[in-house]
Amino acid sequence: MKPHLPSSGSAYFLDTAKAATETHALAVIVDNEPGVLARVIGLFAGRGYNIESLTVSETQHEAHVSRITIVTTGTPNVIEQIKHQLERMVPVHSVADLTVLGNALTRELAMVKVAGQGEKRVEALRLAEAFRARVIDAGTTSFIFEITGKTDKVEQFISLMVPLGLVEVARTGVAGISRGTEGMKI
Amino acid sequence: MATGDMMTGAEMVLRALADQGVEHVFGYPGGAVLPIYDEIFQQEKVKHILVRHEQGATHAAEGYARSTGKCGVVLVTSGPGATNAVTGLTDALMDSIPLVCLTGQVPTHLIGNDAFQECDTVGITRPCTKHNYLVKDVNDLARILHEAFYVATHGRPGPVVVDIPKDVQFATGKYVGPKNIEHKTYRPKVKPDQNAIRAAVELIATAKRPLLYTGGGVINSGPTASKLLRDFVAMTNIPLTSTLMGLGAYPASGKNWLGMLGMHGTYEANMAMHDCDVMICVGARFDDRITGRINAFSPGSKKIHIDIDPSSINKTVRVDIPVVGDVAHALDDMIRVWKSKSQALDKKALEVWWKQIEGWKTRDCLKYRANADVIMPQYAIQRLYELTRGKDVYITTEVGQHQMWAAQFFKFEEPNRWMTSGGLGTMGYGLPSSVGVQVAHPKSLVIDIAGDASVLMTMQEMSTAAQYRLPVKIFIINNQYMGMVRQWQQLLHGNRLSESYSEALPDFVKLAEAYGCVGMRAQKPGELDDKIREMIAIPHPVIFDCRVANLANCFPMIPSGKAHNEMLMGEDVPDEDVGSAIDAKGKMLV
Repeated sequence: MKPHLPSSGSAYFLDTAKAATETHALAVIVDNEPGVLARVIGLFAGRGYNIESLTVSETQHEAHVSRITIVTTGTPNVIEQIKHQLERMVPVHSVADLTVLGNALTRELAMVKVAGQGEKRVEALRLAEAFRARVIDAGTTSFIFEITGKTDKVEQFISLMVPLGLVEVARTGVAGISRGTEGMKI
Repeated sequence: MATGDMMTGAEMVLRALADQGVEHVFGYPGGAVLPIYDEIFQQEKVKHILVRHEQGATHAAEGYARSTGKCGVVLVTSGPGATNAVTGLTDALMDSIPLVCLTGQVPTHLIGNDAFQECDTVGITRPCTKHNYLVKDVNDLARILHEAFYVATHGRPGPVVVDIPKDVQFATGKYVGPKNIEHKTYRPKVKPDQNAIRAAVELIATAKRPLLYTGGGVINSGPTASKLLRDFVAMTNIPLTSTLMGLGAYPASGKNWLGMLGMHGTYEANMAMHDCDVMICVGARFDDRITGRINAFSPGSKKIHIDIDPSSINKTVRVDIPVVGDVAHALDDMIRVWKSKSQALDKKALEVWWKQIEGWKTRDCLKYRANADVIMPQYAIQRLYELTRGKDVYITTEVGQHQMWAAQFFKFEEPNRWMTSGGLGTMGYGLPSSVGVQVAHPKSLVIDIAGDASVLMTMQEMSTAAQYRLPVKIFIINNQYMGMVRQWQQLLHGNRLSESYSEALPDFVKLAEAYGCVGMRAQKPGELDDKIREMIAIPHPVIFDCRVANLANCFPMIPSGKAHNEMLMGEDVPDEDVGSAIDAKGKMLV
């Protein structure tokens, strides 16, 4: 959608903004072969889809199978289309929409560096305890916290650290898995 | 050599091609594929057709594939060889044509070094292929080659690139045969879900104004699909229209045929699309050239969509019953269920529907003003059709007005007889494509209905036609304009004909002669028939310069942003009013 152009009803200017956008986490099982991540990212770039977060790692070394978790936003139609477009790629084994599954768990990990002294430093440590963030490095004037949790928890922790001397953040992006006895088709 | 033998990578390539039943390869040599060319020299099974430009190789392979149902094979070198092939690969991707394109690559130790004639082939071709491979170990080569053929031809067909570094071509490794090689995980769904089939049949049985809208998927599925489509139409008496890519699946002489639909489709086909109550889309994808204004697209219909590619379903148009699977399987199942349930359509309602369609037909939407002094382009194609009727004829086209006129006026009775660039709209497709078709069908009459602008884009392939004595007929509808560009400029841009006039066109007759081919020219309607007959009789490649009315435009037309029932008809738009026929909103669109 190009906002400066009039909405004409043509397929080119389908008013996708009319339907509310949703955020979905997709788990994608792929062959871990050269270029597979470029393929997936290229699909998103080429078709104008959003990537909010992306994590990838080989999960089965013997089978050379990787799992990619992508958090994306779009209207329900677009999300459906993304899923189908991913599924038709040759090295993609299967795609699961963790958000539609509903019972899925999503987590991410962040490393948060905070520098400061005195009261601010004590406050940072106190908040870290409340959030169950671990101190993985400490100096006399700085901490590095490791925090794991849902995205909104991580976000909240980071925003609380801002006035307390936030220096730097490294985040893994979201990984997700569904509850219950069933696993994704490999 | 028995399966499991040791051989070089280059030997493997030729062995794999032979084992895959490949008879012809279209290619162009260069430094990074020399080991493979050395093997080509030393064998007889696979015949190499030397093109004059790598784009020509890809289009020739497309024509070859489209006219035979087999996989087309291309062999090009690294760097510019690969980049020149990109247009044809994209074309094949858009039109779902199975191709395997082998590209040479610089030796593995030089990859990433900006070596001479190096480019990131797999990176460049990733978005324009169905799949691609870079082979780094000669022991993977045979498997990857067989896998490439499997991927190209299974599911929704498409182009596959195999990039082979030169050191891998020299290295020795173990060859494995094609038996049991499929992709380890890629298993496209071919058999449709039976619940969907039953639901589709039940919905069709309730229809009062049913319509079949068929596309290239029917052709891709193979001759069985076309036969089943005809059976299904005969059983149900449902009217049928087709996309550009689907022409020939149902015979144009068939009584249920409404002509092509879409932007330059017939009035009756588009009106039927707009007014139908059950639409059965078979192997088509609701392209923007078909739907027109999407929120006014067939507003009153329930839609069934048969497609092998789930991502085509609900992409632009929401459908009520998706059927994911191969067209032939789906039609076979539908016919079986239809018969077993002794389903029948409401005869009375169908009669009323047909009466309405007959009414639309009387509009005679393709009529044009005949002219005794100049050849009308439509007339030229009509005569070409009449004079080749009943012959074993294959038609290719370039892209533009002539392409649409060919689709409107040339009648196809069989699938695989019509090769055109539908999705990508590649000017310059037709000439090399005709070369590929003629290679596959040496005894047949192969005609490229061309435009004067398009044909110059790949004119060099006349040299290929001459070399291999391929008697292709390049029938140029010459109006000295990029006709479709001009038509749009007239309709949308105040008749300011910016750069759409081809000044300094070559003398096509002399050009043909320069290539060692035969050149002909027709300027008057009176001489057209004799000249066409003469052209057909010539057993050599011919360029036929058919000088037509320069300013004729292609109608009917659904202007961009309009609905199916808002077509522009030829008689509505005298040349002087052409500029006001589309409103400001429509001008934004392509």
